[in-house]
Amino acid sequence: MLKVNNVEAVYSKMILALRGMSLEVPKGKIIALLGSNGAGKSTTLQSISGLLSSDGGQITDGTVEFEGETLNGKSPDAIVKSGIFHCMEGRHVFPHLTVEENLTAGAYTRKDRRNIQKDIDKIYGYFPKLRDLKKRPAGLLSGGEQQMLAIGRGLMAKPKLLLLDEPSLGIAPLLVEEIFENIKQINEEEGTSILVVEQNANVALKIADYGYIMENGRVVMQGEVDRLLEDDEVQNHYLGIGTEEDQKEVVYKSKQERMVW
Amino acid sequence: MDFFLQILVTGIVVGSIYGLVALGFVLIYRSSDVLNLANGEFVLIGGYVCLTIMTASNLPFIVALLITLVISVLLGFSVERLVIRPLKNAPVISIIMATIGLASLLGGLVHMVWGHRTRTFPQVFPSEPIHFGGLIITPVYLWSFITVLVLLVTFTLFFKFSKMGIAMRAVADDAKAAMSMGISVKNVLAVTWAIAAVVAAIGGTLLGMINGVGPIMATIGLTVLPVVILGGLDSIGGAIIGGFLIGIIQNLAGGYLDPMVGGGLKEVVPFIIVLLILLLKPYGLFGKGGAERV
Ligand SMILES: Nc1ncnc2c1ncn2[C@@H]1O[C@H](COP(=O)(O)OP(=O)(O)O)[C@@H](O)[C@H]1O
Ligand SMILES: [Mg+2]
Repeated sequence: MLKVNNVEAVYSKMILALRGMSLEVPKGKIIALLGSNGAGKSTTLQSISGLLSSDGGQITDGTVEFEGETLNGKSPDAIVKSGIFHCMEGRHVFPHLTVEENLTAGAYTRKDRRNIQKDIDKIYGYFPKLRDLKKRPAGLLSGGEQQMLAIGRGLMAKPKLLLLDEPSLGIAPLLVEEIFENIKQINEEEGTSILVVEQNANVALKIADYGYIMENGRVVMQGEVDRLLEDDEVQNHYLGIGTEEDQKEVVYKSKQERMVW
Repeated sequence: MDFFLQILVTGIVVGSIYGLVALGFVLIYRSSDVLNLANGEFVLIGGYVCLTIMTASNLPFIVALLITLVISVLLGFSVERLVIRPLKNAPVISIIMATIGLASLLGGLVHMVWGHRTRTFPQVFPSEPIHFGGLIITPVYLWSFITVLVLLVTFTLFFKFSKMGIAMRAVADDAKAAMSMGISVKNVLAVTWAIAAVVAAIGGTLLGMINGVGPIMATIGLTVLPVVILGGLDSIGGAIIGGFLIGIIQNLAGGYLDPMVGGGLKEVVPFIIVLLILLLKPYGLFGKGGAERV
């Protein structure tokens, strides 16, 4: 369904973030894209959804194909209309819009306006907490609630493929489990294909069918989830050690380095 | 007491028009952080166009107004397409400079076409004043006020419920996230500029019917600045309340203080208030200044 072929991507015309990135998402599957901070996971998703250009980046080589069509050079709204929805890293809910208005905004590209209320109710079915908060400005929600809203908002577009960028980021461990169960449930009930990016490999591999691990802008390992889980290197580098605190520290450090530069 | 009420009424009506014009200013600021310093020229052009259509043809006022609004929509779209969009990757300050250039350009154009004489509007509403108890209101004031109120309610509903209205607020909150929804930020900006031009033109027409149309009207662009700073640059409701407050205070100053000092205070008072407000509340009375949880 989705094929990323040897994509090379740069920011500001000179910072090379992807060097020959390739992956595939088959219809109806959940694919995990793992890797440490700065590996190029978010850039991969942005290359697919067309949001790369809004960060001053561009694809300089390779192709992104979705259902046989090339997405290179298409605008983000055209890509949403073709059936791909990108839930960005850090949730990015609209803080001054209410929960329900956020959900409505997710349905922006849909032509069947009259089904929107019905689908909002369905989202509340997946995330009952949101129903109680529906009149509240999204900026006042907790991180976990915002993540649920961000995913629900994506579903409102009725995508065939959902791109999730670190849904566990900055969220209490208990809620992380709940959210990943929701993701699995959405995949099963709606048939939505999902490409989920995570640093928290444990929780992502629990629901995924197939996984890719990337470093330095390209895939360094891939395989069925069972095989990845058995692999020594994966266990050492991506599983086990990665407690929540460690990860936060890594994020913090690399941000600082970037700023000093 | 009657004198006071009379001034109050004038202030409320003029202030409501300020609020309307300020709304356009705030919309542009919210969606792109740009201060449109050509807003006053939008007001001016709106007033002149409507007046010209009415004097040149025998069309009824409402038709002339509708044609004016169509022209304003085109003006807004053109400005966005020709001035704003080509600069979309430029720093905000460059875009603001461009709006200053635009203001001179439009101002010059108006001068070429209409000269600098103040023109009076053809009579639209009866001049016979209406009595409410001791209060005397000229119909043009009453109708201006009603028009503004209807528009403000319409816009409120538009922003709350319409697809485009929600998209506009989404872009104002987080433009990149809005893009990820499939919202075309380009289209939203175009609509924003069109709305700004439309409310400015209505403001110009209403003020023109009250005071006549002349180049001096472009200074409302300057008066709107205190209004939006008072209300908080990013607050739609604040702009409207700010409009009322500035209108009322300005007219009170004009009525009570100007005779004592020999005039001129009316124009200055809004700016004095703004200075005070900025000292006490840097984000304006209703501005947000990024207080929400992230
Ligand atoms: N907007 C940007 N401008 C310049 N460089 C960027 C930008 N975003 C990311 N990068 C760089 O691209 C590389 C990949 O980043 P990213 O895709 O965000 O990694 P990940 O999501 O795996 O943490 C990093 O080296 C990062 O510094
Ligand atoms: Mg990332």
